[in-house]
Formats: sequence, C-alpha cells, structure tokens
Amino acid sequence: MRLATRTAYLLALPILLILFWWVTTIGSTSFFVPKPGELSLTFVEVWFGDRFFEDVVPSLTNLVFGVLLAIVLGIGLGVLIGSVRWLRALTEPTLEFFRAIPPPVLVPVLMLLVGINDTMKVAVIVSGAIWPVLLNTIEGVRAVDSVLDDTARTYGIGGFARIRHLVLPSAGPQIMAGIRQCLSIALILMVISEMFASSSGLGFTIVQFQRSFAIPEMWSGIVVLGMIGIILSFIFQWTERRILAWYHGLREVENAG
Amino acid sequence: MTAVVASSGNGGPLTRKGRKRRTRKTSTRPLLGLAGIIGFLLVWEAIPRIGIVNPEFLPPASEVLIVFVQNLGLTAFWVAVMQTLISWGLGLAIATVAALVLGLTIGSSNFLRKATHSTIEFLRPIPSVALIPLAVLLFGVDRGSALLLVIYASFWQVLIQVLYGVADVDTVANDTAKSYGLGRLARVRYVVWPTALPYIMTGVRLAAAVALILAITAELIIGNPGLGHQIALAQSGAAIAPMYALVLATGMIGVVINFGMRLIERKFLAWHSSIRGEAIV
Repeated sequence: MRLATRTAYLLALPILLILFWWVTTIGSTSFFVPKPGELSLTFVEVWFGDRFFEDVVPSLTNLVFGVLLAIVLGIGLGVLIGSVRWLRALTEPTLEFFRAIPPPVLVPVLMLLVGINDTMKVAVIVSGAIWPVLLNTIEGVRAVDSVLDDTARTYGIGGFARIRHLVLPSAGPQIMAGIRQCLSIALILMVISEMFASSSGLGFTIVQFQRSFAIPEMWSGIVVLGMIGIILSFIFQWTERRILAWYHGLREVENAG
Repeated sequence: MTAVVASSGNGGPLTRKGRKRRTRKTSTRPLLGLAGIIGFLLVWEAIPRIGIVNPEFLPPASEVLIVFVQNLGLTAFWVAVMQTLISWGLGLAIATVAALVLGLTIGSSNFLRKATHSTIEFLRPIPSVALIPLAVLLFGVDRGSALLLVIYASFWQVLIQVLYGVADVDTVANDTAKSYGLGRLARVRYVVWPTALPYIMTGVRLAAAVALILAITAELIIGNPGLGHQIALAQSGAAIAPMYALVLATGMIGVVINFGMRLIERKFLAWHSSIRGEAIV
C-alpha cells in the first residue's frame, strides 16, 4: 500500500504532463512541436545506430576525460593551496578572478591556443570545470577542525597519512558540492565547444538539425542532452552517498538530537 | 547541495575561533594577493615574449591591458556591456520571481511537494544549453533567446533553495503561529519568509553567476548582441588582443556581480545570527 502511494507520487505528474502534451498535439499540425509518438520514433531512428558511436561516444569521452582531469587537478592543487597559508593569500585574488570569467568565453581563446580538436574540447571542459572543485577544496581544507588537526599532529600523523585520513574526509562534503557544480558546467562546456567550432559531436549535430529545420530530430537531440544530464546527476548522487555515507549519518544523528 | 555545505563547518565554534585568529594575524594578506596578481601578469607578459607561445595567439599582458583601458573609453564597448547586463538582470529577475512564487506554493503543501519532487529532480539536471536550438527557432537573435536560456538555468537554482528553505521552517514556530490565529499569508510573511530568506539569497547568488554564463553563451553561440558576440566577432576577425581584452572584461563583470551579490546578501541578512556557509560557483 505504502509502495503504491509512493509510486503514485513519483509517476502521477510526469504521466499527467505527457498526457497533456499528447492531447494538445493530437490534432495539431504545428511545425515546432512534435507529437509524443513521432518524437519517440525519431529518437530511436536517429540515435540508435551509427550516430551513437560517431557523435555521442566521442562527446562523452571528452566529457569524462575533462571531468576527471578537472577533479584530480582541482583536489590536488586545492589541497596544496589550502594547506599553505602564504600560497593561499598569494593566489586567492587571481583565482577569484578566473572563477568569475564565464567559462564559455574560454572556447574562442583555447581554439586559438590549442586548435580545433579533441584536446581543445577537453581543455575547454577542464579550464571551466576546475574552479568550483579547486575553490571548494581550498575552502574545505582551510576549515579543517583545529582540534582534530592538533590531535593528528600530537600523534605524529603527518604527510600523506594526514591528507588521506584528516584533510580529505573533513573537506569531503565541500569538495563534493564543488564536484556537483563541476559536472553541470562540464556538460554545458561539452555542448558549447561542439556548437561553436566543430564538425562532429552532439552539440554540432543538434545545431545542424536545427539549421536544416529537422525539428523532430532536433527535439530528440535535446532529449539526449537532457538524459545525459539526468544520468550524470544520478551517478553523482550515488557516488556522493557512498563517499559521504559517514557524513549523512552524522547529520541525521545531529538533527535527531 | 548548499544545504550540505551550510552545515559543513565541522565543529562550528572552534573552527570559527581559529579563523578569526588567522585573519587578525595576517594583515599582509591583501599585499600578498596583489603580489599574486602582479606575478600572474608578469608570467603572462613573459610567456609570449620569450616565445613559449606564439604572440599571435597569446599577446603579452601589456598589449591586452592597453586595449582593455582603451575599451573603457568607447561607447560601443559600454553598449555591449549594457546589452549583456540587461539580458542577465531581466532573466535573473523573472527567474527569481517565478521560482519564489512556485517554491513558496509547492513548499507549503506537503502533497504538492511530494507530487512534484520527481518531475523537478528530472527537469533540473537538463543542461540549459540543450535549449539553444529551440531558442534560435523561437526567437532568432532577439533578446528572447538569451532570456529563455538565462531564465531556465537560474530558475532551478533559486527554486531548489526556496524548497530547502521552506522545508527548514520550525514546526513549533509554525504551529505557534497557527494557534495564535495567523492566517496562511501572515504565516508565509512572518514564519516561512525569515527562515527561507538565507537559503533564497544563496540561491539568487548562485543563479546570478549562472545567469551571466548563459547570457554570454547565448551571445557567443546564437549571436545576440552583447559582449559574447563581440568576442566571437573579434575571434573570427583575428583581432586577438581585443578578444583577450573582452575576455578580461567579462571576468571583471563576473567579479563585480559576485561581489555585489555578497554585499546584498550581507545587507539583507544582517539580522541573521550567522550568514550561512556558502558554496562557490
């Protein structure tokens, strides 16, 4: 019974919305809004086949490389800058400025410096997505509990062990918050780098559909991008729950008390 | 997400004390920061001069800065800045108002919150750039296409925070207000609003940064008039130093917006015992 109400809450609104869409387009011949059936047919036709390997896979490979690089570099540099006080003071204003540059403007810059290729696309993703991870790591490392820090020092825990067992866990929640923003920025940049200057990839294909007025195909591309966003967010939530299980548990206890 | 960060100041008071001690000690901080900026500019100046990167692709800092300063005297530059800022401000305002109205309505009803949860979680991660082709079809290079992207992107940032904020309302306070005969609207005004305001401000600040990104993206990709379009033009015209100067300008606008939003947040939340921990975009 409880399961039934939960499923109803989960599915009622989406089903209502799709029904609404279906009913309102039933007799329409609107050029811009495809019918649900038509769209799902086009979706299968367009994306299940060669195009999946030619456009979707390379785009996703760039995305994964870019995100991983951004996370590794961001956490590495963040731990370094966050633990050295003078380095932090030295770099803070410069980093604040770089964070404030809207990442899409880096596309034309990197096109010049790197050329138009996959390296450029990965570089665009890294250069835009690294900032939330980097700055959140710095902030998290800076805010390590001073009692814990002193205790670790007293017990002679230093170097790598200190980072592994004290710094990274206590900065964890903040770092994960940074990674979440990093993911959505990375996805935006993946699409933009392909829309602005490229002859392949998801972004390029979708714009191509729009330019040739292949409207249902264009919508199906929008659906693909949406699905990538949703899948990324699920992967992130799952990972976060695993990595920060201790933290969520702690919060539950605190909230209950 | 921000709710997570908000409470991540592990062991609150101790950490805060430590922080205070640190800031008092380091009065040389701004100086070091300035040194960092100068150092960065020097490295930038040196890289093309030594020839590590072709100066045609990366002009020395001095050249770019000269163009940047020259820009400040040009009307065309300020017109582009205004165009970008209008798309940004208008989009942000519409998104905030819409998110507030919807968020307060959904948040104050248990049924609505449960019923909309899956749909919101489903729509939120859809990247706004996916809407670019649609925006082009509907509006072309009119401001509408930039607004569509800006509104879609910033709406979710604010909505989620409003929902968090409304969920955070103390049940005892709410029940007390109820038994003192406060009506629905009065409770929203005197109980829900003060609780949710810190969350809302965080949402608006995050949305402000995202809105700028999308406003510039629309100009860059679609070609709406504004700074982003100027950058695309400079790039395709091989006006390299001006292009870098414009990129610098967008960074400056970003800094000013971040700084301004923090100021507004402080002002609105001056009454709040602790300005909540903040995520960084």
